[in-house]
Amino acid sequence: MVLPPDVSQAEFDRAIAAFRNAVGPDWVFTSDDDVALYRDAYSPMWSEPEERVASAAVAPADVGEVQAAVRIANDTRVPLYPISTGRNLGYGGSAPALSGSVVLDLKRLDRVLDIDEANASVLVEPGVSYFDLYRALRDTGAKLWLDCPDPGWGSPIGNALDRGGGYTRAAFRNHFDAHCGMEVVLPSGGLLRTGMGAMPGAKTWQQYKAGFGPWVDGLFSQSNFGIVTKMGFWMMPEPEACLIGRIYADKYDDLHALVRILTRLENSGVVNGMPGFGSPLLQRRVPADPQNNDPNGATQIDQALHDAFYTGDDAAKALIAERVKSTGRSCWSALVKFYGPERMVRLQWEIAKEQFGEIEGVRFGDPEFYGFPLSDADLEKIHKPTFGIPSLSVFNFGIRTDLRPEPMVGHQAFSPVIPRTGAAIFEANKVFARIFTEEGLPVPPFNLPGCVWERALMLICIFPTTHDVETNRKYRKALRRLIAESATRGWGEYRTPVAYYDTVMSTYSFGDHALLRFHETVKDALDPNGIVSPGRYGIWPQRNRGGPR
Amino acid sequence: MSRPVAFVLAAAAVLACCGTLYAAKPGPAPQGDPARGQAVYTRWCTACHGRGPGHPGTQSLQVKYGGKLPPALEDRTDLAPPVTVQFVRHGFALMPPFRKTEISDAELRDLAAYLARNRK
Repeated sequence: MVLPPDVSQAEFDRAIAAFRNAVGPDWVFTSDDDVALYRDAYSPMWSEPEERVASAAVAPADVGEVQAAVRIANDTRVPLYPISTGRNLGYGGSAPALSGSVVLDLKRLDRVLDIDEANASVLVEPGVSYFDLYRALRDTGAKLWLDCPDPGWGSPIGNALDRGGGYTRAAFRNHFDAHCGMEVVLPSGGLLRTGMGAMPGAKTWQQYKAGFGPWVDGLFSQSNFGIVTKMGFWMMPEPEACLIGRIYADKYDDLHALVRILTRLENSGVVNGMPGFGSPLLQRRVPADPQNNDPNGATQIDQALHDAFYTGDDAAKALIAERVKSTGRSCWSALVKFYGPERMVRLQWEIAKEQFGEIEGVRFGDPEFYGFPLSDADLEKIHKPTFGIPSLSVFNFGIRTDLRPEPMVGHQAFSPVIPRTGAAIFEANKVFARIFTEEGLPVPPFNLPGCVWERALMLICIFPTTHDVETNRKYRKALRRLIAESATRGWGEYRTPVAYYDTVMSTYSFGDHALLRFHETVKDALDPNGIVSPGRYGIWPQRNRGGPR
Repeated sequence: MSRPVAFVLAAAAVLACCGTLYAAKPGPAPQGDPARGQAVYTRWCTACHGRGPGHPGTQSLQVKYGGKLPPALEDRTDLAPPVTVQFVRHGFALMPPFRKTEISDAELRDLAAYLARNRK
């Protein structure tokens, strides 16, 4: 068992006894077997001294017990690490940022407190998963959709606080932006409600976000300034229809126009669902396409073609043109989605086709049209999160296939935000391919972005984590280079695994790291004992400043 | 109109790729309740291990066994309870372990009993 770095065994034992008294002995976990359940199953530091591991776990049942645990932590200076469902695998899972922390497992706070169909909003606790909320919506018959990320076992609160994204309309797929009001246990143990919730008896907590005075909600995302115990979310009313259109372009340089036109259509509100790009020639599906039984890794790679997409010179373009001709597959595809009344989505698709018609030789697939409720046949073939249905089918990216007889054991993500241009997509891919080559690692397939965020693009590069120390070290070294070299080009990570918190935070360095110093000022003011999530997102309290390196 | 609800959400897990290593040995009689275990399975396991396409665990086991064993776990007749416990508490490949706040020990016994109900 690993103690927190500056806590004695006696103080730790005193804390555990107090936790047992506060939440009941059945909900304090100290045995090696039980604490091992809190390891990050996808840790890129698996079994190395640097792996971040908990000392114990405490699972309160309600807000009062959360407050009691925080007061005990202040009294004993034992740091807590709150998790919601603990399923942000690839970004840390249920393990703390500082080894020796006691995980505060909020899974038992699992109530859907309100579903307001007329206001299209919900109020939930952190232990509620997307699956749970989906079932609750179905059980009440409310015609509301939830926007979910690909893995549905996460928590709407946890994902929003990590600033995760989904697939439907922009107002909902930015999960933090879709929230309206929160309740927070502060590091002192006090209770705060934000927005209209600050007014006792407010009738509009889930209707008006700002309340009065500074809007502080953002301080509790990607931070360690408090423990969110309730959060409201705006839901998407079930639309009358959804139409999915596909656009195909054959020339390598067409990507520039595809991005430009799609951006214009989205910014002007014509395309209102999450769009994306793919390459039929490379057999790279658009991120929102259904995966079904055709997981990545199931096809042989045409190495010359793979290399040509990175090179992009005249010879490469000639090779790509030849392959387009010989295979009949387009170089690029774009996917656009429309939600709304049937007449409207059909008209929006016609407008989109007119605008993409600027591209010489562009072709359009037959649109997929969906009304609701979906048929059983539709449910078998669709990408479920596009329709507000949580799923785990995304995990087929790493399963056993005929070409990959041993399944992956984990993954980590490098996710830089880049400008919304074709040029940025090409440049970023070339930089990443060079770094991987120099690091002696296989170059991943040419990466095409989804458009989770409205104004920027984000490349999500998934890399394996393994149980082999040397392999993991090689990938970590490469990822640190990717982060650093991206920063020199002005591309920053939106989110990162625990192993890279400090590395990424150090790239947001304007004004001699003024932003980090601001975070530290807030941290020290709110949490002078440094007991809430030390090190989360690179923010270390005074007692641990600098963190474990 | 607002609809206050307070769903107390039960716990449980996603089971994964159970190997033949454990499969042939008869184990102790299941002590859990298969009916309750089915509810645990439905809530936690079917997203990966349900029947039909779109279930990664099922797809993976289809490749592994090539049809010699059913790819959906609830169609298996060789899963002794300790096998289920092993995979839920230790995970396998991309399947993480499940904590006791998700699947309690009692629920895990029920789940194991459900998956062992047709054991030969």
